[in-house]
Amino acid sequence: MDNLLGIFLRSIFVENLALAFFLGMCTFLAVSKQIKTSLSLGVAVIVVLGISVPINNLLYNTFLREGALGWVNLGAFDFSYLSLISFIAVIAAMVQILEMILSRYFPLLHSNLGIFLPLLTVNCAILGASLFMVQRDYNFVESSVYGLGAGVGWALAIASLAGLREKMRYCDVPSGLQGLGITFITAGLISLAFMAMAGIDL
Amino acid sequence: MTMRDVLFDPLVNKNPITFQVLGICSALAITNSLLSALVMGLSVTAVLAFSNMSISLIRHHLPSSVRLIVQITIIASAVIIVDELLKAFLPETARILSVYVGLIVTNCIVLGRAETFAMQNPVGVSVLDGIGNGLGFSMILIIVATIRELFGSGSLMGVSILPLVADNGWYVPNEMLLLPPSAFFIIGFLIWIIRSWKTEQIEQIDSLPIPNRTTEAE
Repeated sequence: MDNLLGIFLRSIFVENLALAFFLGMCTFLAVSKQIKTSLSLGVAVIVVLGISVPINNLLYNTFLREGALGWVNLGAFDFSYLSLISFIAVIAAMVQILEMILSRYFPLLHSNLGIFLPLLTVNCAILGASLFMVQRDYNFVESSVYGLGAGVGWALAIASLAGLREKMRYCDVPSGLQGLGITFITAGLISLAFMAMAGIDL
Repeated sequence: MTMRDVLFDPLVNKNPITFQVLGICSALAITNSLLSALVMGLSVTAVLAFSNMSISLIRHHLPSSVRLIVQITIIASAVIIVDELLKAFLPETARILSVYVGLIVTNCIVLGRAETFAMQNPVGVSVLDGIGNGLGFSMILIIVATIRELFGSGSLMGVSILPLVADNGWYVPNEMLLLPPSAFFIIGFLIWIIRSWKTEQIEQIDSLPIPNRTTEAE
């Protein structure tokens, strides 16, 4: 249990996908103009990560890993080179299914998220979390916890950047830094703050 | 638009990172050494050229409802090839780049160029566009990596340039530059420099004061 709590907290603060590994940066910088939109995007990321990481974990351990196909007498094969393409397919399918479910049962949330939902397929935070899950050899329970934690961390990061950017509209930014430039520097400062937690071992 | 424009526009005028805001993840994450930045730039250029070529070849036969899936599959296949090649011939660098090679699949430059350029243009120009964007991407990566490695660890490509105090030299490395946040700052300042030079890239300020948050939809 301690271990699971550790994975959860570490993936939110210490190993924050956006601020320590720079994953999902394109959306992170592009969709952080308002707190409201960035929060709904954050929720979508939490849901997709929380579902797709454990599914990819099952897929990897039952089919792709070296020797995983022992149960159909194909133990000699190592299909791990196929993991990239199968992970992205799972993610695309999950996003599609989520979109259908939301539009059928939660139309309000669906219209709030709008175009961000399909774009999650090409958000590298989602694929990145699955690749880290393979690299760190998490089991099924650990990977579910990791997926949720990573999503919460990403949502936290984008919401805090959006909060700062809303305030920044009142600031007199040099014209060359307007928009993208100052956003990069702000994100750097937030990331610096998160670095303070880097040494913590949970 | 001439061939020349297609190839060289993405270097400064329409640079994928500083102007189109695409493919930033890897630009930030792997730029603490010049070698990994070079390898990453080459891999992305190769993937871009290959995916632009294949997608441009089949653009007339591709129903638009399934085009995203097809594009992603083509890109993922190209990335798997690059990944396996790196693992076979440059195992050390591949280990340092770790998941970031795989993440070229979701690097928005590749899909972005496929969607906006390769779907509308013939094969030759598309390949050039892929190479040009790859070069523009690599250029930013190389600039950032040079600054970070030279001043962060006093070396370039692992060869010592500024002798460190620890090795009886005179240079005290600025270790902040090896940490992730410094990449944000360097790219932020690069954007400032480019936009002071190319003033037409400057973004207009949003209308002040802040419009009512509840009514503003994006």
